[in-house]
Amino acid sequence: MFRNQYDSDVTVWSPQGRLHQVEYAMEAVKLGSATIGLKNKDYAVLIALKRAVSELSAYQKKIIPIDEHIGISISGLTADARMLSRYMRTECLNHRYSHDAPMPVGRLISSVGNKMQICTQRYDKRPLGVGLLVAGYDDQGPHIYQTCPSANYFDCRAMAIGARSQSARTYLEKHLNTFMDCDLQELVAHGLRALRDTLPNEVDLNTKNVSICIVGPKTPLRICDEEELSRLLALVEGEERRGGTATGDAGAPGGAAPRDQGDDRDPQAAVAMETE
Amino acid sequence: MAFMGDTMNPTPLWQNGPSPGAFYNFPGNASTIAPSRHGVQDFTAHSASPITTTTTVIGVKFDKGCVIAGDTLGSYGSLARFRDCPRVMKVNDLILLGCGGDYADFQYLKDIIQQKIIDERCVGDGLQLKPRSLHCWLTRVLYNKRSKMDPLWNSYVVAGIQDGEPFLGAVDKLGTAYEDAVISNGLGAYMATPLLRDAVDKGPLDQETAIAVVRKSMEVLFYRDARAFQRYQLGVVTAEGIKITDEELKHDWSLAHMIQMK
Amino acid sequence: MLSVNENFPEYAVPGAKQHRFEPYADNGGSIVAIAGDDYAVIGADTRLSTGFSIYTRDQKKLFKLSESTVLGATGCWCDTLTLTRLLQARMQMYEHEHNKSMTTPAVAQMLSTMLYYKRFFPYYVSNVLAGLDSDGKGCVYSYDPIGHCARHNFRAGGSAAAQLQPLLDNQIGLKNMQNVTEAPLPREKALALLKDVFISAAERDIYTGDSIYILIITASGIQEEKFELRKD
Repeated sequence: MFRNQYDSDVTVWSPQGRLHQVEYAMEAVKLGSATIGLKNKDYAVLIALKRAVSELSAYQKKIIPIDEHIGISISGLTADARMLSRYMRTECLNHRYSHDAPMPVGRLISSVGNKMQICTQRYDKRPLGVGLLVAGYDDQGPHIYQTCPSANYFDCRAMAIGARSQSARTYLEKHLNTFMDCDLQELVAHGLRALRDTLPNEVDLNTKNVSICIVGPKTPLRICDEEELSRLLALVEGEERRGGTATGDAGAPGGAAPRDQGDDRDPQAAVAMETE
Repeated sequence: MAFMGDTMNPTPLWQNGPSPGAFYNFPGNASTIAPSRHGVQDFTAHSASPITTTTTVIGVKFDKGCVIAGDTLGSYGSLARFRDCPRVMKVNDLILLGCGGDYADFQYLKDIIQQKIIDERCVGDGLQLKPRSLHCWLTRVLYNKRSKMDPLWNSYVVAGIQDGEPFLGAVDKLGTAYEDAVISNGLGAYMATPLLRDAVDKGPLDQETAIAVVRKSMEVLFYRDARAFQRYQLGVVTAEGIKITDEELKHDWSLAHMIQMK
Repeated sequence: MLSVNENFPEYAVPGAKQHRFEPYADNGGSIVAIAGDDYAVIGADTRLSTGFSIYTRDQKKLFKLSESTVLGATGCWCDTLTLTRLLQARMQMYEHEHNKSMTTPAVAQMLSTMLYYKRFFPYYVSNVLAGLDSDGKGCVYSYDPIGHCARHNFRAGGSAAAQLQPLLDNQIGLKNMQNVTEAPLPREKALALLKDVFISAAERDIYTGDSIYILIITASGIQEEKFELRKD
């Protein structure tokens, strides 16, 4: 299974100037189920697809509240996400304690970025195998941020990460210009449509496998309960799905994300892998 | 590291023997208490009283902002030692900070606050520290210092614009913090507060009347407070920005004979 | 910390005196809390003072900790500020960890632990905690500065506690009365009584006055009320 001469350690460069271990960690994000974040003028919304490990188990939680004004949805290693969310919660609590104000979202993200960077540069650590979408609201309005295991972070208007998220990104890119001016309901509907595009044909969204959280002005972070979920899901119920173009490789086992082509904003690691 | 003993409080080198020089020490002087018995901890006792001090700082809220004022005298006990100690400080476009008490402690904290603002500008996200945040932060800093029994001997007045509304808050050396429309510390609490509260209670103040009543208060304090000075700084903060001006009282002691005791 | 030397004279000597920094202040203020069958009312005056001067006449000393819990705290105001900030942070941590907000008895126990943790450098605060317990019944907890905690139906705390409590004992506890029957206390009566005891406390205690800030905790939420007292 030895794939590459230069991926034995995080600290080893390849002659092409790449860090293979970091790029592998980027792949871990694509193993998690899809999640979407988008915003309009006032609100930031996260929509996540939950998976159950088996018929016997409950659906895995995908959205973690951080503070009254920040929530994250995760894709990748849940355990790493728990560690990160704990750090973010502590940062927010400390900021509230010492400054009597909510932590500015951008500052939190940059401190998370710094924390994640450390383990991409040390031989005794490993990069975190989780990608986050962060939705937050502060004085500068709503924010959607994406963070990667490579410790990059991006300020986005809309983003999707996780398994088969390329189809969702295609949808989001197509409708990007309408988001800013639409109302909250429409925004959630767009998000649900984008999320539905990541699903195989035989599966549909329901109140069990979807999780939504909303944050905005005078709206503390709220993870929708079942009642609100079914109301929101009704917005897109019965609509025709987008033509099966995105499901080109839908049958791929393990839900590996389709490889990006063209102008994608998502920093994808094109990993040099010899699969033999 | 137990084998090293207590490095901060070493046991005396010489016990139960003659102590050279002991005869020549006079009681009541701190140095007579055998120095070797004193732990390093006792050095913190130096900060248990202020050295170069400044007197009252006052602050008033008006409809669109706040005024604060403090004179520029640094007293060394009863000696009027330094005549140019500015202590009304612009923190950023939204916050004015005034301070009374030990001047060295103020300068120390001023440097820290200024570095905090520089760090914030370096982030470059366009966000500015707000007065309530600074007020809370000062409370934490001063409370932590008092809890170490090593206080910063100051009382602060934070004035500013918080989300479009005027903000006026006070913090003292213990970390006691409150917000009010009128704030003054030290002797001013007894002599300026009644004047200022009276003006505020009469109805909403505008900028001119607020400045006028602050000038009047500074004059009253100058005549009555032996640690006051005729030159003072007057800071005004509104949504438009911050203005600090240097003012000088015109004092007239010809009325002194009227209050002369027989 | 202070080592007194053997050759230091026992009589007072002229010269520099050891000036000790005093980390505590008495900022006054009083609280009264009354619990009923399905409600709790808590009120605190709004005067913050030091010695003979008043810092502000409009200081709220009640802290809404959750939808069903309110803490009233007076005494050394800097300790109050710190204690309540810590409490709020700890409560948010609890909520994150357990996915539910803390019940009033849980807050009561945690507060006791937090106070006792500072046993040898205490928060100089007189706390009264009011709220609804998990059965929806009103409850009041009172504390001493180092963490003793007890549940009551009515309690006064703060600078005028000694004036307020006997009146409450008589009127609600029906102490020193003959031929009285115990009956549940209606909310209106509790509220009226609370105002009455504060009016009399304001007459006698210089650290109590200006106005009372009252919170009424019921299952449907927390109501606010303000009542003016004498301002001298």
